[in-house]
Amino acid sequence: MSKVVIHAIYDDEEPLLESAKQLRSQGFNIKDVFSPFPIHGIDGVIGVPRTRLAICAFLYGITGTSLATLMMWYMMVHDWPTNIGGKPSFAYYMNVPAFIPISFESTVLCAAHGMAITFFLRSWLIPGAKAKNPDPRTTDDKFMMVIETEEGSKSNIESILKNGGASEVHYK
Amino acid sequence: MQHESEIREPLILGKKSYHQITEDIVRPIEGKASKLWYILLTIAVICFSWGIGCLAYTIGTGIGVWGSNNGVDWAWDITNFVWWIGIGHAGTLISAVLLLFRQKWRMAINRSAEAMTIFAVMCAAIFVTLHTGRPWLDYWLFPLPNQFGSLWVNFNSPLLWDVFAVSTYFSVSLVFWYTGLIPDFAMIRDRAVKPFAKKMYGILSFGWGGSARHWSRFEEVSLVLAGLSTPLVFSVHSIVSMDFATSVVPGWHTTIFPPYFVAGAVFSGFAMVLTLLLIVRKIYHLENYITKKHVEYMNIIIIVTGSIVGVAYLTELFISWYSGVEYEQYAFLNRATGPYWWAYAAMMTCNVISPQLFWFKKLRTSLMFTFILSIVVNIGMWFERFVIIVPTLCRTFLPSTWNMYHPTFVDIGIFTGTIGMFFTFFLLFTRYFPVIAQSELKTIVKSSGQEYKEKAKHHAH
Repeated sequence: MSKVVIHAIYDDEEPLLESAKQLRSQGFNIKDVFSPFPIHGIDGVIGVPRTRLAICAFLYGITGTSLATLMMWYMMVHDWPTNIGGKPSFAYYMNVPAFIPISFESTVLCAAHGMAITFFLRSWLIPGAKAKNPDPRTTDDKFMMVIETEEGSKSNIESILKNGGASEVHYK
Repeated sequence: MQHESEIREPLILGKKSYHQITEDIVRPIEGKASKLWYILLTIAVICFSWGIGCLAYTIGTGIGVWGSNNGVDWAWDITNFVWWIGIGHAGTLISAVLLLFRQKWRMAINRSAEAMTIFAVMCAAIFVTLHTGRPWLDYWLFPLPNQFGSLWVNFNSPLLWDVFAVSTYFSVSLVFWYTGLIPDFAMIRDRAVKPFAKKMYGILSFGWGGSARHWSRFEEVSLVLAGLSTPLVFSVHSIVSMDFATSVVPGWHTTIFPPYFVAGAVFSGFAMVLTLLLIVRKIYHLENYITKKHVEYMNIIIIVTGSIVGVAYLTELFISWYSGVEYEQYAFLNRATGPYWWAYAAMMTCNVISPQLFWFKKLRTSLMFTFILSIVVNIGMWFERFVIIVPTLCRTFLPSTWNMYHPTFVDIGIFTGTIGMFFTFFLLFTRYFPVIAQSELKTIVKSSGQEYKEKAKHHAH
């Protein structure tokens, strides 16, 4: 049987969420939902796994800390130790209080930028990328559910969508 | 959907559907600019150009064209730097700290406050790059090996920490701001009619489509960036204060500086947010989104931070007396009664006394009074930095080095120029960028919108 893609448009987020729950309970697969703002609770319903971006941010952060530590150890302790105002500069552990601010800044710098860049690339959000929403109204006030299914279950899905309050249903 | 107590005042007034919010936010971008906008922009551009002229004159002739001299070697440059950096802090505080505390009223003001942060830090950067005297050698601030040997920058110095802190702060704030703007640019792109506008907003929106996966990542990014920006914002002004506090100059060498500078920064930043937003809501008719309640909330923060600043001033005075150190005692006596007593008096009046007027509900809900007071606070905070720097340096240990400081027209010109630059950028921002984070606002219309709240109230009875 051939595959069909159904685009269902809703005027509000709550009926969409209800229909999505119904469809899922009957075993249908919801490919994606497009909305003008994040719909809370939709991730669990349509099966979006929890993002691992926060873990990435942590890894980028400790990379930043390590780089800053290495840099300051190399420049101030290893390569050219200098006596500045009699402050200890011949061992990292003695000088470390003065290194904390830059270690912190570098952690934040790497975590924030690394995370943002990962987010943009993972979602392929780059300058000049084609708009990803099939219907331009979904950035204004419409909510769209994209369902991929077999030809046979079309009518069943359509009735769930219509009963659930979908204002438009299109087939692609 | 979240529920909100009915006694909380609504944050969005009137009957607003999702589409109505879109319409209200894009109106300034799609419509024609008002006459007032053109007048303000012209004034700002004139000031900006004058500033560029003075800046070019400084670079071409040398830093001797400033009023700074042998004793008072930091003056308007560092005063202005600290003032601008401080103003920037409110933007991060509103978008990051209020996000972590789940304060919904931030949503109407965070976008423009973050824009203000970015422009203010740009203004601040002008002063630090210029005050080195030979700005074409500013790359020496970065950890590069000395060309003639292998000497490196000094990581023990707060001045170097500042380079790292301010650049991190600027770039992280920019990323935070831009990430938030992407869904709103997509909204403008999707309804743009003119091909050029559609193309431009298409590029700016990075192809955002609002898919559930992307929203989930987007929210995670916002939350983590807020979590990172919160300690960052405290670190930046703490480090700025350490430029002073780690010196051995009486009046600067105090441990109270970091918290006192951070409180002062938030205080002046909120004042600037109020100045800007009261203009923005008027010229773009955003009264339904930036309500009187929003202004009142901000005024309450002004009372809190203003009182912290006041306590810090008094603590400084007490500790200088209690320390028994003659030099410390003289430094503060000189600030209050010395040749710059008028600057001290202006600081005390504007920062300590005037914000206390906001205890009166009538005053803190009056928009005109708030506008005037926000400017008073900004003037006061400028004088605070001036008082810390100039009167201290003009009366240091050796009486033979005592002399007065007078700003030259170049000092004043560059400062005016940065104000011009700030307003030029801000006005362009309000014209071409969505000034309110509409996608965020749409999430609260059902819990905090006036229409929905009233409906819920009827249901309850």
